[in-house]
Amino acid sequence: MATPATEPPPPDAPRPAVPSLWDELRGGDGEVRPEWRALIACLEALGPEELALRYEDGRRILREHGVTCFVADAAGERDVPWELDFLPLVLGAAEWREIERGVLQRARLLNGVLADLHGQQRLVRDGLLPAPLLYANPAYLRACQAIQPPGGVYLHTYAVDLARATDGRWWVVSDRTQAPAGLGFTLENRSIVTRILPEAVQALRPRSLREAFRRRREALRRMAPSGAENSVVAILSRGPRSEAYFENAYLARSLGFTLVEGADLTVRDRRVFLKTLEGLRLVEVILRRVADTYCDPLELHGESLLVVPGLVEATRAGRVAVINALGAGLLESPAFLPFLPGLCWHLFEEELRLPSLATWWCGEVREWTYVHEHLDELVLRPAFGSSVHPTFTKDLAAGERERFLTAFHGRPHDFVAQERVVLSLAPTHDAGPQPVTLRVFAIFDGRDYLVLPGGLARLLPQQTMFAAPALLAGRSKDVWVLPDHEPETEVHLIANPAPIAERAASDLPSRMAENLFWLDRYVERLEGALRECRCVVRHLAGELSASRGLALLGLVDRLGLPQPKAAENLEPAARLQAVLLAYLRDEQHPAGIQALIARVRHGAFAVRDRLSADTWRILSRLSFRPPVGAGNLRLVRAAEALNTLVVQLLAFSGLEMESMTRGHGWVFLDLGRRLERGQHVARLVAAGAADAERSPLLLEPLLEIADSVMTYRRRYFAEPQLPGVLDLLLRDPTNRRSLAFQLTASERLAGDLPVRAELGGVADVGARLAALSARLATADDAELRASLNFFTEELGAISDWLTRTFFSHVVSRVSRDEGPTLRHHPHDHVRLPVGCHGGAPLVATDAAAAAAPTAAQLLP
Amino acid sequence: MLRLTPRRLPRQLRLSYSRETAPVPTSTSRFTDYFGNDVTFVTIEGAHRRWRVTSRSRVAVGPAFIPDPAETPTWESVRGLCRTDRSPRALEAYEYTFASPFVPLEESFADYARPSFPAGRPVLEAVLDLTARIHAEFRFDATATTVATPLAEVLRERRGVCQDFAHLQIACLRSLGLPARYVSGYLETVPPPGQARLVGADASHAWIAFFCPGIGWMDVDPTNNLLPSMQHITLGWGPDYGDVSPIRGVLIGGGDHVLRVGVDVLALGTVETDDLVEAAGDALAAE
Repeated sequence: MATPATEPPPPDAPRPAVPSLWDELRGGDGEVRPEWRALIACLEALGPEELALRYEDGRRILREHGVTCFVADAAGERDVPWELDFLPLVLGAAEWREIERGVLQRARLLNGVLADLHGQQRLVRDGLLPAPLLYANPAYLRACQAIQPPGGVYLHTYAVDLARATDGRWWVVSDRTQAPAGLGFTLENRSIVTRILPEAVQALRPRSLREAFRRRREALRRMAPSGAENSVVAILSRGPRSEAYFENAYLARSLGFTLVEGADLTVRDRRVFLKTLEGLRLVEVILRRVADTYCDPLELHGESLLVVPGLVEATRAGRVAVINALGAGLLESPAFLPFLPGLCWHLFEEELRLPSLATWWCGEVREWTYVHEHLDELVLRPAFGSSVHPTFTKDLAAGERERFLTAFHGRPHDFVAQERVVLSLAPTHDAGPQPVTLRVFAIFDGRDYLVLPGGLARLLPQQTMFAAPALLAGRSKDVWVLPDHEPETEVHLIANPAPIAERAASDLPSRMAENLFWLDRYVERLEGALRECRCVVRHLAGELSASRGLALLGLVDRLGLPQPKAAENLEPAARLQAVLLAYLRDEQHPAGIQALIARVRHGAFAVRDRLSADTWRILSRLSFRPPVGAGNLRLVRAAEALNTLVVQLLAFSGLEMESMTRGHGWVFLDLGRRLERGQHVARLVAAGAADAERSPLLLEPLLEIADSVMTYRRRYFAEPQLPGVLDLLLRDPTNRRSLAFQLTASERLAGDLPVRAELGGVADVGARLAALSARLATADDAELRASLNFFTEELGAISDWLTRTFFSHVVSRVSRDEGPTLRHHPHDHVRLPVGCHGGAPLVATDAAAAAAPTAAQLLP
Repeated sequence: MLRLTPRRLPRQLRLSYSRETAPVPTSTSRFTDYFGNDVTFVTIEGAHRRWRVTSRSRVAVGPAFIPDPAETPTWESVRGLCRTDRSPRALEAYEYTFASPFVPLEESFADYARPSFPAGRPVLEAVLDLTARIHAEFRFDATATTVATPLAEVLRERRGVCQDFAHLQIACLRSLGLPARYVSGYLETVPPPGQARLVGADASHAWIAFFCPGIGWMDVDPTNNLLPSMQHITLGWGPDYGDVSPIRGVLIGGGDHVLRVGVDVLALGTVETDDLVEAAGDALAAE
């Protein structure tokens, strides 16, 4: 049994108590708290070696599921792995009851406050809330004022961040009312911990999360304003380049909703439609995972134009339910915190159960004076919005302090001061105890709120965090709530999400079809490149005659591999090797192995709610390390690496064949592959057969690259001859690698393309492919060799046609307008013209620039 | 989104309004926005090379009441009233004392305004002084700024167009805690005999209004250094330009685009009050 180099210390190893901080695991007497005992006993029974294996397993699952966050910061854009500490945070039943009641009350309270502030504003007129909390608050959306959300519910998903003070009480650090993140990660954490510590789940029987998710799904389905039962529920996300994309895709998959981006939706006649392959499909419920500024460039002062113009007007018309309601983000402003106890009394005649972190809003004289006197002891933050930007005046340089104080004195209402948070310590599986915060979720189920019995705990590297930490600020933890009395009769193990069964074809957004199409094109392109390299490596490793070396050099040259300057005077074999190694190492080469892998991954990420967990597992493993070492060792290593990659791609293709339903998604996926492969084989043969003199030497490599050596041998029992090779690689309809096969398959697939009366052209494409097949079958060898470029170009033209027709359409099917259809190309700019006054020139905002993602967003 | 209908006001009656658009919108809806302006929401779904909106209004304008500046309350009392009074009128005014996207609040604006606002000065006197200073110290220059020019730059460069001057004056007043709003509208194209043609005619114009307790909102035109009365027609108002731009929209498609605006305001003559009331009633019924 393997033992890891560093053995994790047992979580209950004795250590000196830190008296001032609350310890989740141990009481003041140093004994393990009762609710943790079963877990600790369980871990002890497993023993450190077994645990180490389990944890390793957990890390592997995380990697394979591709649980990531997208980060954009100074260091560039990348996906970073989601980190999970495998020890859950255990909460006793009695303690949880208190939290649950508190969160429930708070959810109802905040919804009540939102309803008042978006309506009569009695709370302001009666003096319970100072007017600047609205008027000076950028999150107060005047455009959404007086828009009644369906059922009067503004807040459907609510999250609250809690911290435990030294006396053991939980305090609210911040409220999340806009589009709280973390539900998907919570579910994923539970599924992983359940898999690696099933004994502990059996022993502790933590409360199941599934019921809450089920009720949420049902509630969302019933939200359609028209009362329709089976309305499309769209999860609106900012796309793969947003932080919580993994969880959005995960939620879409586990709830059976459609994941969309702003550009997938369009508003027609004040109703929202999803642009699908078959035309427009009505959307009545939008679960938005984006801030309201990303929702409507027309009425909300947003930065991004790649959103849904007219969405506010659609909600005003009552034709779509946006969840949470636009404007609900208002209550994320910390300036509201000090007023909640008073509001709770006023609205419910109840004491606020969960206290908030001590907060002073500086817009009032008494508070401002207090803060002014205690400036260096407090944390200063913007009063509005959910950004953290803490200022510790003590730490400021003289000039900065001066500037800050000018702002603080000039606009006191823009600031709040807060006490520094002290966090409790939670045990970890591989390090000592760390500060922890707890995010708890409340969900509206159609009648009332229900609190998810669990949550997302996050470990922070140090005690400095005082409010709403960023999603990436630490590792996460599953949260186990112990059952009340009788354990639930059945323990629900949330299984790994099943391989995705593609939903009704009409749900497939055009963008998704485009991504599927390009995913397979890139997979095929990568496979082609790998086979070419592998073939060269194999020949280099064996005995390579100078003439074959020259021939291969000619081939790789025509295939577009650049020759390094330094290699020009070498012998053919050495030159070939130099070319190959340079190519393998070049990470910048746009058609290089690394670049293609990146494109495949990117493409897969963009369609990940359509890929099964197994498919994703394969794709997440794709990687290529350029060969290092000296002499032949490099070639051996390169061959190994190339082989591994080829096998992985074959596994991916096989899985795709076996696990995807043959809907429209499949049609586009497979068309991408067929067109790419057709082009590749045509280019390959053209490159190999161009040099007639040397071509006999290239015939074997050609067959090898086209994976047809065995077929050739079986058929001809002879050394490769040009006519046989041309026949097998181009004309043979039974060879899955031949051009003929790609043409026939494409023609069949074209017949399955969505037929849309207003588009036409589908039949034309079928005819075009059939003509190509006929030409291929009738041309003699010389004609064929001369027309290979033509075939490549035709296949490219068909690909362009697909793009124009299906991927970039904004064709209205509900339009009553008889005019020509409107097209929208991916690189077109959506412009926001504005009227001008007094001769001021018009300003058009460039969509490309305006849509650039902002730096790492906070956990919304 | 079109905000092209003249707003109904005690001294501005809308006698008729019509609008022609070519091509005709696929859908049209109307609502009243947060600030009380009429908004028409149109969508055009077909492809088009140009879109023309022609709007015609007949309005009757009465003279503005202009009190003796020395009799108005002190500017400090206006500020104090907004901060303490929670009557709907005072609350509405209070809302216009905060920063908005085009009007940031910075110390530099307060510094610029301060010479006009010594302690205890009646508010109208102070505002008139500030208006005159802006008019004297800033140059009208249609090429100097765009919609995106930051206000601080307008202050530094001392030039701009009516929109910049309006934003600037709003920023000055708000930085002192005084309520001020942005007014979008039109100017009479040909002035009455003997009067100079105003700057900003032939195009949409912008000025401001500030709150004066006891009187209400008073219009001030910093571009022309005057208190608007019979030559100004009000379309609507809001915290700044972004809330009341006459036409705002999203265009889907490629290529460049330009916007041309032409405005004609013609005096049709004077009418008796009784006829007017009747005509306004008819117009209301017709809508």
